[in-house]
Amino acid sequence: MASWLPAGGPAPRARRPGRERLIVGAGALVALGLLAPLVLLGLDARDAGWGEIHRVLFRSRSVFLLRHTVVLCLLVAVFAAVIGTAAAWCTERSGLPARRVWTVLLVLPVAIPDFVVGYAWHSFAPALSPLLASTLVMTLGTYPLVYLPVAAALRRADPAMEETAYSLGVGPVRTFFRVTLPLVRTAVLGGCVLVVLTVVSEYGAFEILRYQTFTTEIFTEFQFDSQAAGALSIPLVMLGLLVLSIDALVPRRTAARTAPRRVGVPGSSVRVTMAMVLVLTALVGLGVGVPIGTLAYWMAQSHQTTLPAAATLASATWTTLKYSAIGAGVAVALALPVAMMSFRRTTAPRLVIDRATFVTQAVPGVVVALSLVFFATYYAYGLYQSSLLLVAAYVVLHFPLALVCVKSSVAQVPARLTDVGRSLGVGPMAVFARVTVPLLAPGLIAGFCLVFLTAVTELTATLVLAPIGVQTLATQFWAFQSEVAYGAAAPYALVMVGLAAIPGAVLGLWFDRERYTRRPVPIAA
Amino acid sequence: MPGPPTRLPRRLRLLALVPLALVGALLISGCGGVESNVLTIYNAQHEQTTDALISAFTKATGIKVRVLNNDEDVLTAQIEQEGPRSPADVVYTENANWLAQLDQRGLLAKVDSSSRAQVPAQDNAVDGDWVGVSARVSVLVYNSHDLRPSQLPTSVLGLADPRWKGKIEIAPAETDFWPIIVSVARTKGQAAALAWLKGLKVNAGSSDDIPDNETLTSDVNQGTTQLALINHYYWYRLRAEIGASSIHSALAYFAPGDPGYVEDISGAAILKSSRHQSDAQAFLSFLTSSAGQAVLAHSESFEYPLHPGVAANPQLTPLSELHPTPFTPAQLGTGLLAEQLLRQAGLI
Repeated sequence: MASWLPAGGPAPRARRPGRERLIVGAGALVALGLLAPLVLLGLDARDAGWGEIHRVLFRSRSVFLLRHTVVLCLLVAVFAAVIGTAAAWCTERSGLPARRVWTVLLVLPVAIPDFVVGYAWHSFAPALSPLLASTLVMTLGTYPLVYLPVAAALRRADPAMEETAYSLGVGPVRTFFRVTLPLVRTAVLGGCVLVVLTVVSEYGAFEILRYQTFTTEIFTEFQFDSQAAGALSIPLVMLGLLVLSIDALVPRRTAARTAPRRVGVPGSSVRVTMAMVLVLTALVGLGVGVPIGTLAYWMAQSHQTTLPAAATLASATWTTLKYSAIGAGVAVALALPVAMMSFRRTTAPRLVIDRATFVTQAVPGVVVALSLVFFATYYAYGLYQSSLLLVAAYVVLHFPLALVCVKSSVAQVPARLTDVGRSLGVGPMAVFARVTVPLLAPGLIAGFCLVFLTAVTELTATLVLAPIGVQTLATQFWAFQSEVAYGAAAPYALVMVGLAAIPGAVLGLWFDRERYTRRPVPIAA
Repeated sequence: MPGPPTRLPRRLRLLALVPLALVGALLISGCGGVESNVLTIYNAQHEQTTDALISAFTKATGIKVRVLNNDEDVLTAQIEQEGPRSPADVVYTENANWLAQLDQRGLLAKVDSSSRAQVPAQDNAVDGDWVGVSARVSVLVYNSHDLRPSQLPTSVLGLADPRWKGKIEIAPAETDFWPIIVSVARTKGQAAALAWLKGLKVNAGSSDDIPDNETLTSDVNQGTTQLALINHYYWYRLRAEIGASSIHSALAYFAPGDPGYVEDISGAAILKSSRHQSDAQAFLSFLTSSAGQAVLAHSESFEYPLHPGVAANPQLTPLSELHPTPFTPAQLGTGLLAEQLLRQAGLI
């Protein structure tokens, strides 16, 4: 996300122009690969012809879908912003007991896929209206996207400013609005952009809750007419790009970097603390307790015949692990040259390449998947229904997450360390392996974890691209839940959440370790 | 400027190599090619049913099988698009009209006459290009708190009556609905069928695009709506899943011979392009054999087996006591007429 890009790298160093060109070339290749789905989408639309595009887009249903999508985005963004910011204030600026436990609990919904939360709420409270249920489910699933950057921004900002306000006799509420909020405005906005992009590209939860958006419509059209689905992707991509460009246009102030360790915040009164604990407990209960509780309930309910055989569960788990790990590894490996390129020097081509790789954040999973199917059927039939396409989709979709993590680590590697290594007569490869990689380790691990956990819980692209005979946890869960076989679906969801929770915990540690870096990282659901 | 880097413990630094090593190992083992002697089935039947059939088949014959699961309209379109390059050997659908459509495009091979002889002749393709496997019957499901049996329409045409406004839900994209539309059109004419669909659309209001029969059944059961048109076995499957104590709905049959009272045949066929013709024939032979049909009868599929010697699940009303319209699958043909009428009615 642009909002987390550091303003500039270390001082430019002019050395070894050949190697530099190589890195920029590699970065450019990666950017081109990531933008390929957009090009393919254009070709697909051209094949469909203007008549088809016109038929699909310029009808009253499009207005209805657009209104549905925008209304939900706005509602969820507002609620997620309020909840995420309030929760961040509680853990960073109040006398909340057991702060560490809360920071983990509050981020936990990220490890639970939105379509599982949707399924839980739909079977728990089926009478909720589609808009209400969708708003609830998406808010509970996405508020951590606001919470994380805001909490990081608060940790970075000096509490002395608020203390000064208190000492001047300004009440806590006015201090929050006049001092704290301006400090975290950029972080809130950045989080909201991620929230909106998530809502725009969500499919599973809305299909279950029966709320129609452009993404669910693409799936319906895909059944009858794949070209119409291609045409429907156009407004979706435009919506995403619009959000990204709004984000890029918002002026930013660099936050104060005089961050001291947390100093003791004046303890809140017992009544305020009790209220905070109650509200946060309710929040975690709704976001984590309801889904996990529902899954456990269905596990206990289901009888022998509807429970899937253990072998199927094991093979789906292994498949999921395999594809997610390969996707995460490739994404991190590709992120490395782009990260190194943009930190060595800031020139126009490097900036363009860097920003171009973030554009894929605006492209929903279903669009990337459809473009890859189009590519395989028209240009490379050998790849058709191969696992390579699925892994490629994971890489394209989650590359920005890997890049943000790797970048923040690259920024920590002072050039002089590698120079010292070289001056001691060690070869460039040995320096890379013995100096650079160990220094980058935390960023690489964080990037790997982030992409891995996102890929494990990915549904939309996986549904379209999973090769014949291949079932992942997400597709098996989806197949069973769409047959109302809730008991059979539950174990797949539980394993999925378990798998995502482990890297989630590693990430939690990484976020809280401001000894290494002070830059927050976005998480995408 | 970022602060000076703090050294990570050495053990943590080595952790970075774990993902790299993992990825390397997985790349070598993971993206391997597909074994050439595996039978590929495009399956639109319920996954649990097909899984049970396949594991029994592999146990009996040693032939390995891989499955692509999706809705039958998607799989049919996919096979047509893939053409002679299709990796599919066998296609197994919930409704025979999709097989009729593939047959019309000349994509199917003949099914061995011995397999066809295992089920009643009227449940197979006239030209022998697909074989029937199981039967389902279209019925009404109603919420038993909201409605009494005497209040229910005796004909499917009655569902378009304004008195059901706001009380029914329909699932036009659910392909089980399509043979009923064709049956109505064949009995009453296309204009009447279109008027009937438009009446249904008005009555369903905002609930005119429910995704599938599972959702219709569970909505009626939960009281979200009062009435819906489904195939009988969805209700039995729901009852098996959530338990009889959570059932607040019941099934009702239309008057004998009503155009909405349709016996649908779920069938299978072999692709002409398949390079595993004999294995594919073996699979179809197993599906129609008493062993294969017994799997259907004893699982929680709740469909009617077609093999004369195999009795249906005892929870079901015997097929011989039902009186559906006399249309055979061959007379109902492809579902293209249904698709055209649904588009004209603005339902898809």
